[in-house]
Amino acid sequence: MKHLDEYRDEALTRRLLDELTATVTRPWRLMEVCGGQTHSIMKTGLHDLLPPQIELVHGPGCPVCVTPLELIDKAIALASRPDVIFTSYGDMLRVPGSGRDLFSVKAAGGDVRIVYSPLDALKIARDNPAKTVVFFAIGFETTAPANAMAVVQAKAQGIDNFAVLVSHVTVPPVIAGLMQESGVQVDAFLAAGHVCAVMGYWEYGPLAEQYRIPIVVTGFEPVDLLRGILMAVRQLEQGRHEVENAYERSVTYEGNQPAQAIIQRAFELCDRKWRGIGTIPMSGYRLRAEYAALDAEQRFPDVGAIQTAESSLCISGLILQGRKKPFECPAFGKECTPQTPLGATMVSSEGACAAYYRYGRYRDAIAEAEKKSS
Amino acid sequence: MSTPDQPNFSGWMCPLPLRNYPTIVMGHGSGGKMMSDLIGHLFAPALGNDLLGQMADSTVLPLADGSRLAFSTDSFVISPLVFPGGDIGELAVYGTVNDIAMSGAKPLFLSAGFILEEGLPMDLLGQLVESFGRACRTAGVQLVAGDTKVVNRGHGDGLYINTSGIGLIPPGVQIGPDRARPGDAVLVSGTLGDHGMAIMSVREGLAFESPIVSDSAPLNGMVDAMLAVTTEIHCLRDATRGGLAAVLNELAVASRVGVEFDERKVPVQPAVQAACEMLGLDPLYVANEGKLVAFVPEAHAEAVLDAMHANPYGTNAARIGTVVETHPGLVVARTGIGGSRVVDLPAGELLPRIC
Repeated sequence: MKHLDEYRDEALTRRLLDELTATVTRPWRLMEVCGGQTHSIMKTGLHDLLPPQIELVHGPGCPVCVTPLELIDKAIALASRPDVIFTSYGDMLRVPGSGRDLFSVKAAGGDVRIVYSPLDALKIARDNPAKTVVFFAIGFETTAPANAMAVVQAKAQGIDNFAVLVSHVTVPPVIAGLMQESGVQVDAFLAAGHVCAVMGYWEYGPLAEQYRIPIVVTGFEPVDLLRGILMAVRQLEQGRHEVENAYERSVTYEGNQPAQAIIQRAFELCDRKWRGIGTIPMSGYRLRAEYAALDAEQRFPDVGAIQTAESSLCISGLILQGRKKPFECPAFGKECTPQTPLGATMVSSEGACAAYYRYGRYRDAIAEAEKKSS
Repeated sequence: MSTPDQPNFSGWMCPLPLRNYPTIVMGHGSGGKMMSDLIGHLFAPALGNDLLGQMADSTVLPLADGSRLAFSTDSFVISPLVFPGGDIGELAVYGTVNDIAMSGAKPLFLSAGFILEEGLPMDLLGQLVESFGRACRTAGVQLVAGDTKVVNRGHGDGLYINTSGIGLIPPGVQIGPDRARPGDAVLVSGTLGDHGMAIMSVREGLAFESPIVSDSAPLNGMVDAMLAVTTEIHCLRDATRGGLAAVLNELAVASRVGVEFDERKVPVQPAVQAACEMLGLDPLYVANEGKLVAFVPEAHAEAVLDAMHANPYGTNAARIGTVVETHPGLVVARTGIGGSRVVDLPAGELLPRIC
């Protein structure tokens, strides 16, 4: 497929890997921020082709993994109401709240529908005037413009049976938070290309400067990822700490200004809870006051009042920070498998533990076979 | 140390998800792990026996005179009833015909149960029954027993069809999920993911530049042609729910072998690939209704592949990989950039990814 195949080319991948091998002189630990990047790395097996000095740590950019338990509980409460049609991106349905997930709510008679865009949810609202249609507005800066657009359109068109449950988070505050945390060992960040396509990368300069860390805007195909890694490693080897763009075909410094404008119009910055971490100051979006009527938490005050504390049985927090590897968790592969996950890193198909679990079984089998044959 | 009002990055965790759903959810019907668990933990303990334990697309029933029947049943609950490239009528015939053919049997007789929902338009039912009849003639099977029930409006999706079928296995044919051997060639009969993406595109109202059409087709003719080359075919499976990934995993586990294949050799139509890219789905996991996977000894691989190519439903057949001794029970793909990854069973429902 044009515009994809050339970024999945084996010969080009090989050339970049050779260049990387020639550049790297010592161990470096890079964090890819976005879950989509982790998915691509695992799907192509890129992590296994890198020079041994380079370690990739899987970052916090999977919206499914970071949406707090409390918001999932609110979603479940809304979806359970007979007067609500609850609409969501598909992969949120599998994420468990305190007691159950949205699949269970659907099985119990809740009207839960997968949509591909918040504008689809708006259409469902138009078609079902007797119900309140709630859209689960989650994600990073990437999904925010479309969600903002739905809110603005709903108000402009007077669709008063539409509301959003907002749990938007943003990337720069969590990078800052990670760097402030003692014990986090990350030498460079691969910033999320899609987020930067919307926001540009003007926000990252102060972070690179303050924490003296390279930040490279990076895409999602293997060739894109390798270019990002190579540029980050060059900076590290040369002792630089700058913001660079390895995803020029999609990202400009300023970003997509109409998209930023629509975010600004519907949303304002606020403190946000992150799953398991707690509240990070000014790390997300909420609806502006003029759109309060579209806020599902205000429309249904009993839902808005739900408070849930996070419980903790696994070490996915430490794994997501790169401080522990999945196999260092006592539950890994025993109590905790992709079928019976204990944590977000195992529940999500692109989560670090799930990937290690699958890959680890393969490596173990190969090692076993080699032992037998020797 | 973090104080309570500071973010605590060490606490980056999530709560215990449900281990077992207390009710049936849609994922139990997806052809992945949840369904396999449901069968293994609930159905098999209550109903299991040696014949059911074959766990093949159709069960081989040995008769006293030495002949062998293949028997299978399947229910069709698809929405919409008519879709690009087919309808529920022909699907109900081909689905069971293909299951029988995967034992190497010649499908002969079908039964059908039609569960009709109050309000189903008579002319639509007529059209679907006509299609069922045409499909029987195309596949060379006879409908010999039938049943009709009507349920209240709201209790069915217009029309559900269950079909069962029997076929006769030719002497010398020994096909089974546990018969794969290291060195076998892994063949697929054509492009993957067409049916699943055709259904998804109409169900979700997704428009693509070129319409994606279901591959719904009878495969018994192709199986005949393959067996005419050699009766030494080890495994056959039609890659329906769960797609190629589910089939390869099931065969690897049942035969205690590993499977390695080259992702670049897996035939996928550009429109299907594009639709999957857009939705964040993997064509390896998407359903097919007219594609089979064959494990064939290396010595016969080329000739069997030629026979597949000569069949109208096998023009895009390809050899994608090999059965190996190492990593038994695991399916490993060589990726486009020369890496490798484990291709696991799908968990539950295929869900479009958000990022």
